[in-house]
Order: sequence, then C-alpha cells, then structure tokens
Amino acid sequence: MARIAGVDLPREKRVEVALTYIYGLGPTKARQVLAIARVDPSTRVRNLTEEEVSRLREAIDRNCKVEGDLQREVQMNIKRLIDIGCYRGLRHRRGLPVRGQRTRTNARTRKGPRKTVGVRRKK
Amino acid sequence: MGRSLKKGPYVDEKLAAKIRELNARNEKRVIKTWARACTIIPEFVGHTIAVHDGRKHVPVYITEDMIGHRLGEFAPTRTFRGHGHHTERSTALK
Repeated sequence: MARIAGVDLPREKRVEVALTYIYGLGPTKARQVLAIARVDPSTRVRNLTEEEVSRLREAIDRNCKVEGDLQREVQMNIKRLIDIGCYRGLRHRRGLPVRGQRTRTNARTRKGPRKTVGVRRKK
Repeated sequence: MGRSLKKGPYVDEKLAAKIRELNARNEKRVIKTWARACTIIPEFVGHTIAVHDGRKHVPVYITEDMIGHRLGEFAPTRTFRGHGHHTERSTALK
C-alpha cells in the first residue's frame, strides 16, 4: 500500500500520474521525483515494491515542499500581502481577482455566486 | 511579470537622496512624493512617505515586509463606495 506524504494512495494508476494526486506535485515535479528515486514512471502503484515506495518518500522529503507545509506557505504569503496593506492584499481581503482582471463581467471564481443588488431610491 | 534583472530595481533618485539625507542626520519627516513606481529599498524602512494617489498624498509607514514592493501599491487610486443594497425586490425574485 502506497501512502506518501500523508493521505494519498491512488492504486490502479501509473506512478507518474498517481504522484500528481499529492498537493504540490504536478506532471513535471512527479517525473523529476521518479528520476531521483530511480523508479520507472510507467509502473502501476499497486506493483511498487516497499523499497521503491520508501525511495520515493525520501526523494519527495528531500526535494519538494508538499501538502500541509506548502499550503501553509501559500497562506502565509497571502497573509503577508494583507498585513502590509498593499493593493494585492486589499484584493485578497475583498475576495476580488488580484491580477488586474476585469470585474465588470466574469471573475466568478473569486466572487462566488451572483448576488443581485437593487437600487435604494432617494425619497 | 516583473522587470528585467539586468536593469535592477527602479528607484526614484530624488526621493532616495532625500531619504539618505534624513538617515545621515538621523531625522524623520514625512516626505511627499509622486513617484508611485519607485521600488521600496531597505533604506526606506521606518520612514513615512506620503504617496500621491492622484488627489492627495497618502501617508505610508514603511516596514521591512514592504521591501521590493512599489510605493504606489500602498496608495489606492480608486475609492469604492459600494453598489446598491439588498432590497426586498432584488432578493424576492429568486
């Protein structure tokens, strides 16, 4: 049973792909890790030997920041932006897109579901 | 995204000179500037710089975390007063 960097164990996939289930490992990083650990990228996870799994584990520990640690780092970076009160921080605070995208339409990923607002008429 | 490393950071020389003078005399004074594009360098830390936002100068106290950012990032040029409000009509239609 392969359990690397916490909770991950997708079984029937090629290791190359299975490793990308770990937060912080994409296709490129996964292949690099496999090269370092000298494991064939095309083997299925269920066919990995115990020894190969521990080599992978070590390779990841040494070379990549993954899962909780990485998430924490990202959160810290965002928190820093918010704390220093710069433009990007303000955008994070408001939950609006940070990199200059338009907000007249779209931007739904950041803004969430549409909220209809009405006009308050003056008496 | 960023500027070429070869060029190095853009620092407004007039502003930097004023800050250096304050540092040399161990003084602190609010300096007004229009140089929003100026990168914040370590010498600026601890000073308050009044950055122009197009209308007035916004005082910005420079801390260590701000190094590498630009002055304009701390003086927003737009004021958002909000759109309409949630009214009975707008919420009832759903």
